[in-house]
Amino acid sequence: MKPKTKLSCRNVWKLYGANAAAVLQKDPNPSGADIRSAGVIGAVRNANIDIAEGEIFIIMGLSGSGKSTLVRCLSRLIEPTAGEILFDGADLLRASESELIEIRRHKMGMVFQHFALLPHLTVLQNVMFPLTIQAAPKAAAEAKARDVVELVGLKGREDYYPRELSGGQQQRVGIARSLVTEPDLWFLDEPFSALDPLIRREMQDEFLRLQARLHKTIVFITHDFEEAVRLADRIAIMKDGEVIQVATPEELLMNPATDYVAEFTRHIPRSKVLTVGGVMTAGAAGEGEPILQSMRVSEVAERIISAEAPLAVANDAGDIIGAIDRKAVAHVLFGGGEPA
Amino acid sequence: MTRSLSSRQLTVLALVLLTIALGYFGRDLAKAMDARWLVKFPSAWVIPFKTWISAAMGWLIEDAAIGAVSFTGVTRAVAWLIEQPYDLMLALLATGFVSGQGSAAQVLLPAASWIAVTAAVIALGHYCRDWGLAALVGACFAYLAVFGQWDSAMVTLASVLIAVPIGAGGGLLLGVLAYRHPLFERLVSPILDLMQTIPIFAYLVPILFMFGFGPVSALVATIIYATPPMVRITIMALKAVDPEILDFGRMAGTTRRQLMWRVLVPSASHSLMVGVNQVIMLTLNMVIIASMIGAGGLGFDVLAALRRLDIGAGFEAGIAIVVLAIAVDRLSQAFAERMGQVRRQAPRSWAARHKRTVLIAALLAVTWLLGRFSPLLLDYPESQTITTGAFWSDTVQYLNVNYFDYFEAVKVFFLSWFMLPIKKVLLGIPWPWAIAMLTLLGWHAGGWRLALLCGVMSALIAVSGLWAKAMVTVYLCGASVILATLIGVPLGVLAALNSRAGAAINLLIDTLQTLPSFVYLIPVVMLFRVGDFTALIAIVLYALAPAVRYAAHGVRSVSNELIEAGLVSGCTRTQLLRHIRLPMALPEILLGINQTIMLALSMLVITALVGTRDLGQEVYIALTKADTGRGLAAGLAIAFIAIIADRLVNAGARGARARFGLES
Ligand SMILES: Nc1ncnc2c1ncn2[C@@H]1O[C@H](COP(=O)(O)OP(=O)(O)OP(=O)(O)O)[C@@H](O)[C@H]1O
Ligand SMILES: [Mg+2]
Repeated sequence: MKPKTKLSCRNVWKLYGANAAAVLQKDPNPSGADIRSAGVIGAVRNANIDIAEGEIFIIMGLSGSGKSTLVRCLSRLIEPTAGEILFDGADLLRASESELIEIRRHKMGMVFQHFALLPHLTVLQNVMFPLTIQAAPKAAAEAKARDVVELVGLKGREDYYPRELSGGQQQRVGIARSLVTEPDLWFLDEPFSALDPLIRREMQDEFLRLQARLHKTIVFITHDFEEAVRLADRIAIMKDGEVIQVATPEELLMNPATDYVAEFTRHIPRSKVLTVGGVMTAGAAGEGEPILQSMRVSEVAERIISAEAPLAVANDAGDIIGAIDRKAVAHVLFGGGEPA
Repeated sequence: MTRSLSSRQLTVLALVLLTIALGYFGRDLAKAMDARWLVKFPSAWVIPFKTWISAAMGWLIEDAAIGAVSFTGVTRAVAWLIEQPYDLMLALLATGFVSGQGSAAQVLLPAASWIAVTAAVIALGHYCRDWGLAALVGACFAYLAVFGQWDSAMVTLASVLIAVPIGAGGGLLLGVLAYRHPLFERLVSPILDLMQTIPIFAYLVPILFMFGFGPVSALVATIIYATPPMVRITIMALKAVDPEILDFGRMAGTTRRQLMWRVLVPSASHSLMVGVNQVIMLTLNMVIIASMIGAGGLGFDVLAALRRLDIGAGFEAGIAIVVLAIAVDRLSQAFAERMGQVRRQAPRSWAARHKRTVLIAALLAVTWLLGRFSPLLLDYPESQTITTGAFWSDTVQYLNVNYFDYFEAVKVFFLSWFMLPIKKVLLGIPWPWAIAMLTLLGWHAGGWRLALLCGVMSALIAVSGLWAKAMVTVYLCGASVILATLIGVPLGVLAALNSRAGAAINLLIDTLQTLPSFVYLIPVVMLFRVGDFTALIAIVLYALAPAVRYAAHGVRSVSNELIEAGLVSGCTRTQLLRHIRLPMALPEILLGINQTIMLALSMLVITALVGTRDLGQEVYIALTKADTGRGLAAGLAIAFIAIIADRLVNAGARGARARFGLES
């Protein structure tokens, strides 16, 4: 069963500049050179993405590659110059102002890189804010807000002001605030980039824990490939406004669409991305307790290396589908080239 | 080291020298040539702008109407709107609530007791910061009571308490509107620019004409004067809100109104409070000028004392204004800070959270009740007030008796070697030559547009028959600005280079800036009596601050790399200053001088009190005679001078920046 598509964009363009619309009118598919010679900036160029319900979809790319612009087009914080954005099958760009307000109040949440907390409100009031502006009943809103505050682990700090919290705590508030309306679609624009590495890891774990409970559809932006690999179901890689590849982390490593993508993935410890299923020898026979094919190589590397013979690999149903040996693992761990 | 001048520089130098020579010998020359019209604009050529303006204003008041709404109807409505809260505040603080009029008047409720008011400001001080502030503002208000300034001070406070909310609130609304509608912003920003260059008294006379002599006129003038910075700061503060916060607000599904009032404005509240503080300071600055068109209170006391040359009384009232200004300024700053950092409060009952309010309300009620039996509770007993008037008068007398010669010598020296030569030259320059030179200067500094502006505006001054008065204005301001620059720029440079001196200089400048402008006038009049020299000193003191500030900032912000480059090439400290720091800081210094010019011009109507013969005096006379045409014409002439100076200096600063590659 294929999960249904929650959000998709079709041929979305965002050009900045005086005569941006005219450029696209003249040629609906201008090249980079055309755009430059017209004196406009191509922040997003012809983006086509489908995001399935319940998946963590990560958009990644270097600074200035257009990630923020794309995600702001998806949430219509920025009007795209051209294209179509389908949210639950309806074109978001056709929504009236009041419809858009309704959608944002109930179906979308967003987390920001620098938290964007309101400095004059306490933690609880910040989290309650989206409910307050909907004129929701106060007691219910407060109870709901307290729940989410607890969910993100900030119980006891409800009456603090943002400036009294550490960066990680502030982002927890941002996360709680974006969840308080129980949105289906959750945008996160580099939510952990402003945090130091240790806290960042902790927050990533927290994020995975939350998602395991909530099953939101997530659009997550990062410029950190390691972060993307840890969290993503699928990754879209952007360069100069273009989406150059959309794939699972493993596919990105195994079949990079361009040299640029390959360069991007080069420094990633492959064992942490590749699964046993991806590097096993299919159909071969192995011994011992079978390893699940969805395990990451790094998680079972020791066992395989210390074993004398190839080990059996099983799929989720428990059937043996192949085997994996030391050589394959060594290749993943130390080799630079194609896996065996 | 010889330096050959380029032909262009030679021309400029020659023109300057020629102008000075022309000015110096202008009168004699004109007499010899039998062409007095060259130095004295012939009255037959004067275009009667004054009469036209008077007639136009008369029409406005009597006949102008759009449909059923007449112009006077509008002004009356505005006046009524302002008057209601003002009367209430005045009754509460100063006059008491009275029913009936004249001799039939019956006091329903006396004004709030001085004890209650002082307690209220102490509580406010404690609420805003701590006991230290509470003690300071308490002492300020106690001073007002003990030194017999209470009643006037409360009248002034009442007008401040009305003008500030209207100015700040109105400024906020206009700023919000400008933020929302770029078109509106493009409309207001040149107006704001203009209002910054036009001295206040340029619009005193029309206001007087529209609203009549009285506190309402004074409030209107004050509000018009104090609002523009608030508009500007609001626009800037809203634009400076983190775009992520804006995005968040929209993603949370706010309506436009919610986005503005629940997200943007609260997020910008810290900067907005800076604007409110500005409004307060400008309002206090206006106190004495406003009393020229009908504000009572301390400003009126100073004005009356200056007119009578009653030094002691003037000084007392002047100090009272300073004391009031300090109290209000510190309170508002502390309040702004507090707004920025809201403290956590344990949830308690309403009375517990508002215990200060409850306390003050109780105190007010008690003093009102018991005041029937003991008037001491309501008014500070007159027999216990301390008067310093006699002391000041005696001091001045003593100084004048014993040191008269010294003061006189200083005065005569400045007058005969500095001021009078400038005056003679300026008045001697033939007006056609002056207009031509200004136009040329405009062209040189900023191209044909600026040339046109300079030419037309100076020609308008000439044909309105105000040339001589305008030249006296230029002379007075020019001399003051030269002096302020000579003192201020070195002070600024010193402040930038030496941190200990910097701290002292900063303190001095801060103090000078908190004091309302005219306060400078009083001690100077005491020592030097009325006349141009007194005006000069008062203007210099008032206008010094920006010269110092900008120079210090300019020198400080010279890039470190340049300094290091200088050091590496073996510059001594003086060489470093002369060849690197000063030239690089020149654009900033010029902007500082520009501000100094603007402040000097805005001081003119006040120095008119000491008998200057310039456009300020013209406005002052027009005010006392309620002669609209005369006042507006003189006001416009001052505005023209301000605009010409502003544009020329700005163009010069831009030129300097461009030359140094600081700006394209
Ligand atoms: N308002 C704007 N006007 C003009 N150009 C813009 C505007 N906003 C973004 N751009 C340009 O669009 C491009 C993409 O910007 P965007 O902010 O989407 O990048 P990003 O991938 O989010 O980068 P970062 O990692 O730094 O956040 C950049 O070249 C940027 O300069
Ligand atoms: Mg970004």
